[in-house]
Amino acid sequence: MSILSSNTIQEITKLKSRYPDDRQKSALLPALHLAQAEQGWLPVQAMDEVAEVLDIQPIEVYEVATFYTMFHVKKVGKFVIEVCRTGPCCTVGAEEFVQYMEEKLNIKVGETTEDGLITLKTVECLAACGTGPVLQIGPEYIYQENMTKKKFDDLIEELKIKGLKDV
Amino acid sequence: MSKKILLQHINVPGIHTLETYVAHGGYQSLKKAFSMSPDEVTEEVKKSGLRGRGGAGFPTGMKWSFLDKKSEKPRYLVCNADESEPGTFKDRYLMQHIPHALIEGMITSSYALGARTSYIYVRGEMMNVIQILEKAIQESYKAGYLGNNILGSNYSLDLYVHPGGGAYICGEETALLESLEGKRGNPRNKPPFPAVWGLYGCPTVVNNVETIADVPWIVNNGGEAYAAIGVGKSTGTKLISACGNINKPGVYEIELGVTVEDFIYSDQYCGGIPNGKKLKAVVAGGSSVPILPAELILRTINGEPRLMTYESLSDGGFVSGTMLGSGGFIVYDEDQCIVRNLWNFTRFYHHESCGQCSPCREGTGWMEKVLHRIEYGHGKMSDIDLLVDIAKKIEGKTICPLGEAAAWPVASAIRHFRHEFEEHVRNPESCCKRHLHRSMELVH
Repeated sequence: MSILSSNTIQEITKLKSRYPDDRQKSALLPALHLAQAEQGWLPVQAMDEVAEVLDIQPIEVYEVATFYTMFHVKKVGKFVIEVCRTGPCCTVGAEEFVQYMEEKLNIKVGETTEDGLITLKTVECLAACGTGPVLQIGPEYIYQENMTKKKFDDLIEELKIKGLKDV
Repeated sequence: MSKKILLQHINVPGIHTLETYVAHGGYQSLKKAFSMSPDEVTEEVKKSGLRGRGGAGFPTGMKWSFLDKKSEKPRYLVCNADESEPGTFKDRYLMQHIPHALIEGMITSSYALGARTSYIYVRGEMMNVIQILEKAIQESYKAGYLGNNILGSNYSLDLYVHPGGGAYICGEETALLESLEGKRGNPRNKPPFPAVWGLYGCPTVVNNVETIADVPWIVNNGGEAYAAIGVGKSTGTKLISACGNINKPGVYEIELGVTVEDFIYSDQYCGGIPNGKKLKAVVAGGSSVPILPAELILRTINGEPRLMTYESLSDGGFVSGTMLGSGGFIVYDEDQCIVRNLWNFTRFYHHESCGQCSPCREGTGWMEKVLHRIEYGHGKMSDIDLLVDIAKKIEGKTICPLGEAAAWPVASAIRHFRHEFEEHVRNPESCCKRHLHRSMELVH
């Protein structure tokens, strides 16, 4: 029984046509994005199934999934909030903002809230240095720029409602 | 008003759609290019003096002419849209607002290079940009600007967007190609250069978003017209993404040759420093280039006003100059702590090192640890020279330039602000008081 839906497997199969016939491995990064969008993270079985569709060895998928920071090889919350911690954002208050996020969510960076709703992570530069502090919300990677405490409070309320709806 | 090539229509509502883009002169370069031979197009790009806008500033026409034309393998054009250099956010801005500018550039450039399939490698975090580009590409196919026999020219091109996975190193062109092949982003040894052995071992050109988006204007107006803009070998316009302690952060298209002072203080650009604070330092071309103190960024060591050009910014070499780099312009006011900002950048490079070469993998980590202990009040005076020593031992000893990118900020910060490092060691209480209460543990 596969864990990836037939729809996702079809989408991955379609991706292969973008690359030359003997170079299907090229579809690996976009394929992992599709698998993660569906699963919320990348369980080993999902990676094995991606390997099968692309006709490569599972190890080739693992080594790639663990190299790139966007792929979660451990279970994460329903929403992943990734906040930029790099220099330019820090000149406009990102460090204090990260502290506030930790307090508000009552978790440390790298942890997930008890209800499994939100994982908080710091990431490196998101190419939005003129509109810092900036964060992105997975699984869709929506950018939120010019962050303030108030905006973050509102965001958390919104995610709570969204999280309940989907259950 | 300064000449605008890329952002002329940025405020036109709907400019992200093909219809509006075409109504404002978009896609005209295709017909013009198809009436010329591919080599003639390359010749115009050479004449324009256009230099790579990603950071290295290598002449684009020359890069194109290195492409192995004798090879019978397919050729590829790959656009580097993996914008991740701290301080740099111009490509994201351009793609988000005028996606067709990049697509048009990809078509005329691919024609010049003889590529039949081209890819735009966009950093994965920019999912929003990826969706915008995918949609724009579909529009372009429908209008007959992509696909088979474009505008009856017999030239055919397929164009695809490829998402990255979150890795700064993939902005290095050979790491990008590895990544596009579905592998870890480990840079390759050069030579062979991508022009001979690139994507799938085929002749390949990798160009930055802004570089490619400049090509249609050059094709439409001629290389000489482009070369007439700017100063000396710094021709044309450049997108500068300005951030840090300024009143008006954002992306500005400047004619190369504006003075740095004007760029920082004029209302047309950054609009000065907020709250009447003084300028302390600037990192002028993305986090990798040397930091300069206020007096050296505004004037060269000889007292000449510093210009926003490749040559003027690098005047004085690394002793008193810096680089134009990617155009990521980060401004620091008098309250900013040089040590803390440097520690932050060094942590970035440590995090982003691919781990292939020991000097970079280990050295960036050592520098991060030493800077952390200085910043948090546990530094020794000998640590300052230790940092200089580590930086020297990384520089030039790695496969790709990430080594230099990590070493230059450290070397330059100590060169120009050694007193601040000494003060941290001597009197940790007086510096960065607000940070001392924080944990000694590194946040990873």
